[in-house]
Amino acid sequence: MVPVIAFWSLAVLTVGAAVMVVASRNVFHAALFLVASLSSVAGIYLLLNADFLAAVQLLLYVGAIAVMLIFGVMFTRDIVHQNVSNRWWHLALLPAGLLFALLAAAFGGTDWGVREPSTAPTAGPLGDVLFTTYLLPLEVASVLLLAAIIGAIVIAKER
Amino acid sequence: MPGLLDYLFLSGALFTIGLYGALTKRNIVVVLMCIEIMLNAVNIALVAFNNFTPTATPLAGQAFAVFIITVAAVEVAIGLALVIAIYRNRETVDLTKVDAMRW
Repeated sequence: MVPVIAFWSLAVLTVGAAVMVVASRNVFHAALFLVASLSSVAGIYLLLNADFLAAVQLLLYVGAIAVMLIFGVMFTRDIVHQNVSNRWWHLALLPAGLLFALLAAAFGGTDWGVREPSTAPTAGPLGDVLFTTYLLPLEVASVLLLAAIIGAIVIAKER
Repeated sequence: MPGLLDYLFLSGALFTIGLYGALTKRNIVVVLMCIEIMLNAVNIALVAFNNFTPTATPLAGQAFAVFIITVAAVEVAIGLALVIAIYRNRETVDLTKVDAMRW
């Protein structure tokens, strides 16, 4: 009973906050709704037995990425327009609706081979698999982060 | 108990909302936010599959999700650097006005 209530309240919060990111008039409110959506996604990860990933989501997505986006909103305050849609918003409903219908058909019509989930803690095994099987992507990710730091400084600095 | 399909539909709904926002919004920072929503939708699907279906390596879905979070952080950093450079040169972050590469 409790997982069902938890899932549906988190799902409603995630989707509702995502809709408000798109729909709210004020860009700063959209950034705050994004923070709410990302935080409830961390709750979804806890329901999916991904305890370490939930902590990583809160640290990185909410604590770093959303904060960077709020910085971006503050630096580029668009006083006149704020958060409005461009002139093709009617047309964009079509591919969005078609995509959701296609995803729903694909998800519902496939036999996924569901088995019983395991509730073991994941921090240790995730560290094991990241440093053995996925060592190369890990090193490439660190080089990517270095390149991003240098690139962001070069792009955004004053002449 | 919520099953795999519930999480997959949540992921699909989030991805569709993010896609609609990325296609229709005029503010560059809001488009970046909608891209983050789409990446989160994919992460939810990956972790749901990792939880409910057997995988070749033990925590493949969660490892993949960690890398997606890393790349998302990188992409937001570079994207906001570009936004700052655009704002410094054009005084606007309205995508309908920063379209000089189109015909």
